Amino acid sequence: MTLFSPKTAVVEREGWDGEAKGLAHLVDGQLDTRHGAILYLEEVCVSFDGFKALNHLNLDIGVGELRCIIGPNGAGKTTMMDVITGKTRPDSGAVFFGQTIDLTRYREAEIAQLGIGRKFQKPTVFEAMTVFENLQLALAGPRSVWASLRARLTGEQRDRIEALLLRVRLQEQRHRVAGLLSHGQKQWLEIGMLLAQDPRLLLLDEPVAGMTDAETEKTAELLLSLKGHHSLMVVEHDMAFVEAIAERVTVLAEGSVLAEGSLAQVQADERVIEVYLGR
Amino acid sequence: MQSELMSQPYSMRLWAWLGPQLGPLLLAALLLLGVALPLAHALLPADHPWFISAYTLTLAGKILCYAVVALALDLVWGYTGLLSLGHGLFFALGGYGMGMYLMRQGDAELPAFMTFLDWQTLPWFWWGSEHFLWALVLIVMVPALVAGIFGWLAFRSRIKGVYFSIITQALTFAAMLLFFRNETGFGGNNGFTDFKTLLGFGIAEPATRAVLFLLSLALLVLAWLGARWLVNSPFGRILTAVRDAESRLMFCGYSPLYFKLTIWVLSAVLCALAGALYVPQVGIINPSEMSPANSIEMVIWVALGGRGTLIGPMLGAGLVNGAKSWFTVAFPEYWLFFLGFVFIAATLFLPHGVVGWWRRLWRKSA
Repeated sequence: MTLFSPKTAVVEREGWDGEAKGLAHLVDGQLDTRHGAILYLEEVCVSFDGFKALNHLNLDIGVGELRCIIGPNGAGKTTMMDVITGKTRPDSGAVFFGQTIDLTRYREAEIAQLGIGRKFQKPTVFEAMTVFENLQLALAGPRSVWASLRARLTGEQRDRIEALLLRVRLQEQRHRVAGLLSHGQKQWLEIGMLLAQDPRLLLLDEPVAGMTDAETEKTAELLLSLKGHHSLMVVEHDMAFVEAIAERVTVLAEGSVLAEGSLAQVQADERVIEVYLGR
Repeated sequence: MQSELMSQPYSMRLWAWLGPQLGPLLLAALLLLGVALPLAHALLPADHPWFISAYTLTLAGKILCYAVVALALDLVWGYTGLLSLGHGLFFALGGYGMGMYLMRQGDAELPAFMTFLDWQTLPWFWWGSEHFLWALVLIVMVPALVAGIFGWLAFRSRIKGVYFSIITQALTFAAMLLFFRNETGFGGNNGFTDFKTLLGFGIAEPATRAVLFLLSLALLVLAWLGARWLVNSPFGRILTAVRDAESRLMFCGYSPLYFKLTIWVLSAVLCALAGALYVPQVGIINPSEMSPANSIEMVIWVALGGRGTLIGPMLGAGLVNGAKSWFTVAFPEYWLFFLGFVFIAATLFLPHGVVGWWRRLWRKSA
């Protein structure tokens, strides 16, 4: 764990516009999105054995925004998600959730509890449990050993799970063991589990990989319905899907932002064409 | 439907009924043995055809203790995915705790082995061991502390898989070397033996043996019921989540560390209790209980019976140890070959153990 406090980090950061002069409101662990952004990455660098996976990356996501991240292989998309969710510590730079929460100070589980949900590239669900149990386990609530020993499902929780089942179209499968679901259904279950945590920000790594066209379309509908209530960051290769959901697209290349704008804008960008086609 | 069932041969109907009843069957068998064996040992005259010898009763009691160990190991391996190759350590620590108490029951001020070493005073860690209650505290707390500290360090550093297994193996091996030394104060390679009384009762008396056997049975049944409750609780589901997709669990906001630590310490304490009941029955405890081979054998019980089930490990402990007691008399030099063969065969042909095989058989016929 890094030892520096978020306050000094804020003060020392270069280019800070001085907007947050009233430092008294920096209450640790409370999400403050008064400035309209839910996630800031500033000058984030990560290198693995000399390879710069992230190279002075600057990015911010607005509250309720649905942002798509595209970029060629090795652009640092997954590393960026690892940094945000606490799996990888950045070598330098700042990662803030809202105005006040320095994510580099927290572990994975704490970050999840703060309100950031993550879907993996490969659908990852608890295969030995039923769909219902998967959602139950993910449901927002206390996470301690003691709580798990005493936990009883309340009627309210049951209703929430039913609503989630409906939302991710798995009502019929509720008592099926998750390991027996199709690939697309597992993806949906995982998204359902993210929603069960009631996160403020969802990070989705290739949510439609391996889905049929019909499934992809339904997933697009689902994500669009989440926009506004949640902020979303979607990494995807499927351009048709990106076109269907995204207002703003960020192109990553070699660990930093290459271009940002509407899909049409970035697709017209010379440099983007260059990295995609190779030089 | 009903008439169709009735027209089937009797054996088929019996099978259809028995198939899913493995748990109740095992429980019934255990309870039956629990009544019959101690009574036949303590009450029948020695020349009665149904008399149960001290050897048989002790063997059965030993196997019950081993079954508790198998259950404890399965909680961490089968349910949580942490393969321990060092559970013999916790078993032995519990045994040593009980042994310390038993060694202090004579009239002499010091246990005999200390007199041989020319020690004048009792080492501090032996203080109070003549009191049974303090011995119980030692039996529970020492393995819990060792497991707690080791587990905290290993799980916090996210040591997993084969690395974790190797470290547990190293831990029990290191402990064995430590206990082999006379200076450590636990009787060196001879360990403790020649016990006389337990709570004032002669340790070799039929009634004492019968009670120890019954206590082992009670421990097994309680451990079984407790484990059943545990694995079916939300806590148990989180354990399987640790096993199947730990990173998913973390990103769901759970900290796997505390769940692993809880089940790890609980498992260690269960092993220690089994060890504490084992020692007065077999009458000896020495560092060879901590040898890596012993811990590996425990893993074989679980693998053969079926990990990730509760009945499996208990059955596995019974099957392997039953076979062992017969084999080591009939073909003593081939036992280890046989054990190795059982492990390979179980891995290749019974991936879900005897219980998995039984269930598949039943499902096919149903």
